[in-house]
Amino acid sequence: MLILECPCCGVKSEETEFHAGGEAHLKRFGPGSTDAEFEGYLFMRENKRGVHFERWRHVNGCGKWFLAARDTNTLEFFGFYPAQTHEPPQDIKDKISAKHPGWSWREFQ
Amino acid sequence: MKRYSVFAVAREALRYHTGWERAWRSPEPKKKYDVIIVGAGGHGLATAYYLGKNFGITNVAILEKGWLGGGNTGRNTTIIRSNYLQDPSAAIYEKARSLYETMSQDLNYNVMFSPRGVMMLAQTQHEIRGYQRTAHANSLQGVKTEFITPQRVKELVPIINIDGPRYPVLGALWQARGGTARHDAVAWGYARACSDMGMDVIQKCEVTAIRTEGGKVKGVDTNRGSIDCDKLGGIVAGNTSVLTEMAGFRVPIESVALQALVSEPIKPCMDVVVMANTVHGYMSQSDKGEMVIGGGTDGFNNYTQRGSFHHIEETVRALNETFPIISRLKMLRQWGGIVDVTGDRSPILSKTPVEGMFINAGWGTGGFKAIPGSGWAMAELMAKGHSPLTEEFSMWRFGEGKFIDESVAAGVAH
Repeated sequence: MLILECPCCGVKSEETEFHAGGEAHLKRFGPGSTDAEFEGYLFMRENKRGVHFERWRHVNGCGKWFLAARDTNTLEFFGFYPAQTHEPPQDIKDKISAKHPGWSWREFQ
Repeated sequence: MKRYSVFAVAREALRYHTGWERAWRSPEPKKKYDVIIVGAGGHGLATAYYLGKNFGITNVAILEKGWLGGGNTGRNTTIIRSNYLQDPSAAIYEKARSLYETMSQDLNYNVMFSPRGVMMLAQTQHEIRGYQRTAHANSLQGVKTEFITPQRVKELVPIINIDGPRYPVLGALWQARGGTARHDAVAWGYARACSDMGMDVIQKCEVTAIRTEGGKVKGVDTNRGSIDCDKLGGIVAGNTSVLTEMAGFRVPIESVALQALVSEPIKPCMDVVVMANTVHGYMSQSDKGEMVIGGGTDGFNNYTQRGSFHHIEETVRALNETFPIISRLKMLRQWGGIVDVTGDRSPILSKTPVEGMFINAGWGTGGFKAIPGSGWAMAELMAKGHSPLTEEFSMWRFGEGKFIDESVAAGVAH
């Protein structure tokens, strides 16, 4: 059972209060993009064994979307941060680096 | 290989069972094989078996990082059915189901296939329409299914409560020749047959890298040395993304945990398989008497083979209403497996951007029932470069928009 902390309202609770929303930091490709870009945006996912960034929603709470960094191999959370960002905050990246030196996830490392 | 038979049992009984031999050899890996299959689960072993049996390719190694059948092959709820909506799915699943019928004889290994009948309950108006549509599609595909009334459901499953109130049974899609089989025996039987054909089943051998040269596969590096090959089959279910990353391409797959549980053994009370897709639960009774219950998947990516408890809770809570008899059963064991789910909930049996490398993946929550058909089709694809059964299941269908959309047709339970 996962324990999450909503960065919007500060409530800490187990996962039934939240809803998983898939991969984070997807870059949208719309009209004018190539077929490969559009396919990647719709279907291709990182699906890493290890460090992963994902979206969650505090459905039974404040209702806000937020982002989280998690290890899919151990289910450990590295941190939670607001959805209005294009990159994980440095302190979360540092925390991951301490555990997984040399990690990378898409363009982040 | 010594054949198993009633005479063998009698002979061994007379000499204190000293004459049984190991079912398969445990050889050291050779330097080179014609074909390497990564993953000795049901699908990988079946692929190797049909490569040998149908195409005479026996210089094959099947590499397994853990132990044989220790992944999803030994973690499913053993349900076999082929009542799918889309034609390509029905073709490959029905091929598989028909091969299960004679598998024990073909492999000389008792896989305990029990065509006891599979019932998918319709508990909403939407499901009635969906299953009637599937029944019509099945009759066009040559798959024998029928839509039955609640009264017939009650006759077939006396322990069921069809009156609701929350989830009344409004009918069911019934496939009389569906059923169950012993999942470990399927892996063991194929491994024994492969070993007998001269193939090497190598356990505790983890692939760490895939070597390519000029866009063509050359071999793999493993924790037991590097091995060359002409063709490579990646058949690793939940770890497909990890394997394809080694080969340098991506697949439209996400890995999530799917859970199941069994109760304490009780006297025989239900001799069919019942699936209730509205409430994400399915149940059958094993030969040992345990009620085998399967649940839904988690919403988040996961490689731990552990799922969230609340899914178990939801499944059991919902099944309690439909099967009041289980409310006082103690549950004995619960476990999870990592399933590889694609965008349209249909598998990928395909060539890849790397020449000579093939993948068989994305079976998601419903791979066990497909094992022999998947192996049959994959072997043909690897040997000949194309197969009528795999044509629609290419990994490029997502970019082309040619989905085989079973997620709407089959619901969550697959």
